[in-house]
Amino acid sequence: MTTLDQLMPGQFGQIVRVDGFDSIASRLREMGFIPGQAVQFVQTAPLGDPMRCSVQGSRIAVRSGEARRVYIEPIVKPCVASQS
Amino acid sequence: MANSAELTRSDATAKRTLRVALVGNPNTGKSTLFNALAGMNVRTGNYPGVTIEKKIGRCNVGSYDVDLVDLPGTYSMAPRSPDELVAIEVLTGDAKHEPDVDVIVCVVNATLLQRNLFLFSQIVELGKPTILALNMSDAAEARGIAIDADQLSKNLGVRVVATSASKRNGISELKEAIQCELDHRDDNQSVVAGRKRPLPAEFYVVCDELRKELMERACTTGQNPIGNSKNDQNLVPDQYLIERMLLDRGGEAERRSVRRLGAAVLPAISAAREKLATLLGDSTELECSARYAWAANHLDGVVTQTRAKPHSATDWLDAILTHRLVGMVCFFAIMFIIFQCIYSFSSLPMDLIDASTGAVSDLVTSSVGPGMLRSLLVDGVIAGVGGVLIFLPQIVLLFFFLAILEDCGYMSRAAFLVDRVMVTFGLSGKSFLPLMSSFACAVPGIMATRVIENRRDRFATIMVAPLMSCSARLPVYLLLIGAFVPATSMAGGWVSTQPLVLMAMYFVGVVVAIPIAWLLKKTLLRGEVAPFVLELPDYKVPSVRVVFSRVWEAGREFVVRAGTLIFAASILIWFAGYWPGDHSRQFEVQREIESIAALDGSNSEGSDAERQATTLEELEEEHRRLSSSLLENSALGMIGRGIEPVVEPLGWDWRIGVGAVASFPAREVIIATLGTIYSLGGEVDEQDDGLIAAMRASKWPDGRPVFTVPVALSIMVFFALCAQCVSTLFVIKRETNSWFWPVLSFSYMTVLAYVGAFVTYQVGTRFF
Repeated sequence: MTTLDQLMPGQFGQIVRVDGFDSIASRLREMGFIPGQAVQFVQTAPLGDPMRCSVQGSRIAVRSGEARRVYIEPIVKPCVASQS
Repeated sequence: MANSAELTRSDATAKRTLRVALVGNPNTGKSTLFNALAGMNVRTGNYPGVTIEKKIGRCNVGSYDVDLVDLPGTYSMAPRSPDELVAIEVLTGDAKHEPDVDVIVCVVNATLLQRNLFLFSQIVELGKPTILALNMSDAAEARGIAIDADQLSKNLGVRVVATSASKRNGISELKEAIQCELDHRDDNQSVVAGRKRPLPAEFYVVCDELRKELMERACTTGQNPIGNSKNDQNLVPDQYLIERMLLDRGGEAERRSVRRLGAAVLPAISAAREKLATLLGDSTELECSARYAWAANHLDGVVTQTRAKPHSATDWLDAILTHRLVGMVCFFAIMFIIFQCIYSFSSLPMDLIDASTGAVSDLVTSSVGPGMLRSLLVDGVIAGVGGVLIFLPQIVLLFFFLAILEDCGYMSRAAFLVDRVMVTFGLSGKSFLPLMSSFACAVPGIMATRVIENRRDRFATIMVAPLMSCSARLPVYLLLIGAFVPATSMAGGWVSTQPLVLMAMYFVGVVVAIPIAWLLKKTLLRGEVAPFVLELPDYKVPSVRVVFSRVWEAGREFVVRAGTLIFAASILIWFAGYWPGDHSRQFEVQREIESIAALDGSNSEGSDAERQATTLEELEEEHRRLSSSLLENSALGMIGRGIEPVVEPLGWDWRIGVGAVASFPAREVIIATLGTIYSLGGEVDEQDDGLIAAMRASKWPDGRPVFTVPVALSIMVFFALCAQCVSTLFVIKRETNSWFWPVLSFSYMTVLAYVGAFVTYQVGTRFF
């Protein structure tokens, strides 16, 4: 198990859990970071942070600090389609 | 008995305007849908006491007059602040002084259906008649996503309407659906199958227990637990609030119940949470997982991918626009092009407005004889209001570009690109949009800081937002740059100095904002770096209606200000410049000049004409002398002399000083003030009409010109940094809910402005 910020650009992972109970953890969950979902790390911003990832079909920018709270299991390709 | 009661009730509902609320995630095309339904018939404002924007439009649905309420886009109905709680109360009809909402339309993005159903699952829990608007269905279709709306409607038990607001498809179907819900609003059946319960049954059992316990607690403390839900004294929160209390640790529902029932309720809540945790696991993870599972269940057999996903245009564009190098180049190019366009496209309409103001002024001059009334109209009203109205084209253009950037989806990319930079001085990429909006006007900019969840980040953004050069400063810059900065072309005519200086003025605010924000985050707003989570929506062609309505609102606001505040200020300043003093000799001279000018041309024979020309010159000289001595001895002149020692180190004369002081309520008043001062002072001469010419001709008593390049720059720097806007200070008070922040904002900016102008002038005089 590793965290989202440890992935290489283009790599996929399957979410295991999101750490914490604060508003940002709930915001991440509300935006689709929930266990079992596939997430792709797409690229980082020109200045190295934040990073762009793709979850449940939407593009979401998070800083590496937040990405560290998303625990994932690296996968080759998403076994669940991003939508339906 | 029952009959009459029923009658009064239906009477009351018949009289009441029906309410339909629009709710949805950000980037679902909700505003486009709102515009398509309500047209231009929209009022905006604020809910009393909070910062939730109130946007209400009127529309006809069948035979009903409906008030359409647009709530800010949100990902969740879990209230984290009093504001978010108000949004829920508006929906449930618990808000004070707010009528009930009859129907909720939940707008979802058809391309992200599962994610969007998360919010929908919270909406249906409110137990109100709900319609699902499957918006952007054209975009879904283009991606090969087929959605069976009938099946979805069956699964969810609500009406589902496929719409694509940008193409105005499905609008009449949506209206029909709303009408059906309104027709049946008194039947029990309309609330389809009552409250839906997307969470596990155990959760609701724990909820009921907690509710009972809170009721008992309220009884033993002798307080009446049974309150009208409209009443703020209602002690036991609604079912929905109980649920939120359990789910959101440290959420607003919990805080409110502590406020109402005392801290003694906290152990009861934690006990209930513990019980829930032993039954079902952690509550936060529980809610999200349960809702997403609920959404997936209800989408069973609804969505099919008919063909392979075509390569998304958004991903292709993002590869360029967020590219390490190309993306940054594009970012600066876009900003540069916007400023260049504002400067060049506005010259033609500005000339037109200028010409028509001149024509109106001539018309008044020719039809009203010299006297107080003419002076009031020409020197006060026309010189004042006309001088401000001329900048309407630029304001319209600025809002036009901002609306396009926001609606096409680029604004969030800009936040993504610059976040790293913003972090270094204590802000976040999310501050970018509010700060960018502040370039149009700080008031909407400060209101836009609501997207920043973190209080410290939000307050720091609010404090520096007024430093961004708003559209009211633009007139000041344009006037001074146009008059005193030489229009030299560089780089083969592609770049000229005037737009460059304008851009530099815009940078002054930004450059100063950086240390201010950094300092605030080191002192008053110290704390950890706040998190950043931002959705990057699909790029789309901006909606003409959305862009048009933004531009329309901004333009109307500006014209209304010119017609009210600036109109009143113009008259006041004219009066201060006119009174006290005997103007009879001045008007006599004016009359003589005009009678000679009228004769001129019809009767111009040799020596006669020469003699007339010399008298005319003498008379004009006397008129100028009279005008300026009258102005200097007026109330305005006396104030000006009083403040002259203060503004002299900045290189200003008393006229500029008066202008700056008069513009503390609203900075664009300076143009009107200078217009009136120079017009009253008789320095706007006949051949070369206008404020620019008068300012160029303006001299110190010893004959040196008042306006030099350093003076013009010093005025611009002062206006760039000073907090001359009452509306901004009031909006800061409202958004921070304290007088401390507006007072701090006013004081630091005024000091900064004086110091900045002083340094500019003193350094400038060494170079020019």
